[in-house]
Amino acid sequence: MNFVRRYLLPRLVTYFLVIWVGITMIFFIPRFLPTDPVQQFINRLVAQGTYMDPKAIEEMTETLKELYGLKGSLWEQYINFWKRFLKGDFGPSYYQFPTPVIKLIKQSLPWTAWLLLVTTVLSWIIGNILGGLAGYFSNRRWVKILDAIAMVIRPMPYYILALGLLILLAYIIPIFPIGGGFAIGMQFTFSWENLLILLKHAFLPALSLILIGVFIWFQAMKLVVQSVKSEDYVKYAKMGGIEEKRIVRRYVIRNAMLPQITGLALSLGQIFGGALITEIVFSYPGIGTLLYNAIFTGDYNLLMGVSTLSILLITTSILLIDLLYPLFDPRVRYR
Amino acid sequence: MQVLKDLLRDTRFRFGFIVFLVLAGLSVLSFFSPYNPYLWNQVPRDLPPQWPHILGTNSMGQDIFWKLTFAVRNSLIMSLIAGLVSRVIAMIVGMIAGYKGGTADRILMFLSDSFLVIPLFIIIVLIATMVKARLSLPMLGLLLGVFGWAWDARVIRSQVLSLRERDFTYTALLSGSKALAIVFKEYLPFLIPLIFATLIGNMSWAIGMEITLAILGVSNLDIPTLGTMLQWSINYQALLLGYWWWVLTPVITSIFLFIALYLISVSISEYLDPRMRIQRIGQA
Repeated sequence: MNFVRRYLLPRLVTYFLVIWVGITMIFFIPRFLPTDPVQQFINRLVAQGTYMDPKAIEEMTETLKELYGLKGSLWEQYINFWKRFLKGDFGPSYYQFPTPVIKLIKQSLPWTAWLLLVTTVLSWIIGNILGGLAGYFSNRRWVKILDAIAMVIRPMPYYILALGLLILLAYIIPIFPIGGGFAIGMQFTFSWENLLILLKHAFLPALSLILIGVFIWFQAMKLVVQSVKSEDYVKYAKMGGIEEKRIVRRYVIRNAMLPQITGLALSLGQIFGGALITEIVFSYPGIGTLLYNAIFTGDYNLLMGVSTLSILLITTSILLIDLLYPLFDPRVRYR
Repeated sequence: MQVLKDLLRDTRFRFGFIVFLVLAGLSVLSFFSPYNPYLWNQVPRDLPPQWPHILGTNSMGQDIFWKLTFAVRNSLIMSLIAGLVSRVIAMIVGMIAGYKGGTADRILMFLSDSFLVIPLFIIIVLIATMVKARLSLPMLGLLLGVFGWAWDARVIRSQVLSLRERDFTYTALLSGSKALAIVFKEYLPFLIPLIFATLIGNMSWAIGMEITLAILGVSNLDIPTLGTMLQWSINYQALLLGYWWWVLTPVITSIFLFIALYLISVSISEYLDPRMRIQRIGQA
């Protein structure tokens, strides 16, 4: 009971507060954008050659504002937004009217989720194993080579790395397709052949993400392991004659994992930000592309939908890790 | 000066420092440029590297070498503004949170947690889209600065927390120093190296962010920076047309810049780590 009051409750309060701050920011910022979606829609109609007298335009503006949820003062819009949000409704997309935002997100979410979940987890595992071994055997030759590679890849902005890979493996040596998520104009039906095409399209984006990810984890893990290695209990274990393999696995890596677990939660949350650039470079049909289009067409509802999803995902994954932490670290058992 | 001498003993720092000096020198050269970087068609178009255009020319009729000098200057200035602004915020937040503790600490740390959690990238892109054409370089720096302080504020706070427990704090308090005087006179010297190390990391982040924003086309594309140079070359399909010198110049320059900044910051933070420092002093 004490645990609930002392730890869980304040933690949950912060959780909801952070979500509230984030969503509020995301609500207000687009509303100061100079692009007016209603005016844009009417301009499009006029550009198509429809003649409308001023009165009809005025009426139409009113109707559209109501449909888009832009009616009333900012405050009223804000209240209405929360009412709808709690029901899980983000309204229709302006750009692809009248498709509901939720439906658009549902279409692109699997692409992003698969690509980024697999790459994040994979690079976390590879990076930590490599980093753990490299930190323990820091004088070996292969460690120095890996270190040198990490020095070059790590500080590079992701965009430049992705572009480099694309140039190398799609233009110069055309092994992989230049872009897209699947063969153009095909519907996905499950078969081994189709799965292969799918994997081929996902390979380059995945490779670029894994390359950067592995070396980030590699360096972080290596640093932690190096400091754990000089702890007294490791020296003691060595003197006690415990075999080296066991020391690395049970004594060093296990203790060094803790900060890395927190890091995994944070990086799982950053998935959508990362998706934006990846998907634009490789023209991959996911949340990032959706977001990009939303920004350029001033599609508030879609923007709100994607960003809200992202905030929820980040905060929830951090909360979960915080609550699961005692499982990994017996020192922080909450009482 | 002694510090610099110690640092220069590290090969990584020496490499980073030399590259950085070369790039800084490049940006100084921009003041002697014979061409105006904002004007088009000043030299023949699409020339490969040759004398007197040592890095060739682009499809807009600009000399790439001289354009690069402006780009490096602008990128560095922008990142410096971003770094300094976020340092000031991080310092104030970190110091107050660390020294005051209690409610102030909780509120400020909640704020910085929110900044860590919110998809900042999306918000920065949004704001940049909003003020796109009017976004001057200092404004971009300011924008990035306002969003880049959260993590470093935490680092500074934890440092202040540990300083607060040291004996000299009590000595100062008991001899009647004001809280403000303690924080600025006694703690600041301890914090300055830390602030400097995070400044470099933050600058590198800001330059990367600027490149990303330029690629998305949401920054002011008229100002020459590393990002906009790359964006124009990609926009003109320089790669497909085979004008490799146009694409590679900003790419290679920025890779060098990032590696240099990274090595400098790694080397400094290793130098700051007391355990490493003792080893180094032991060697000398």
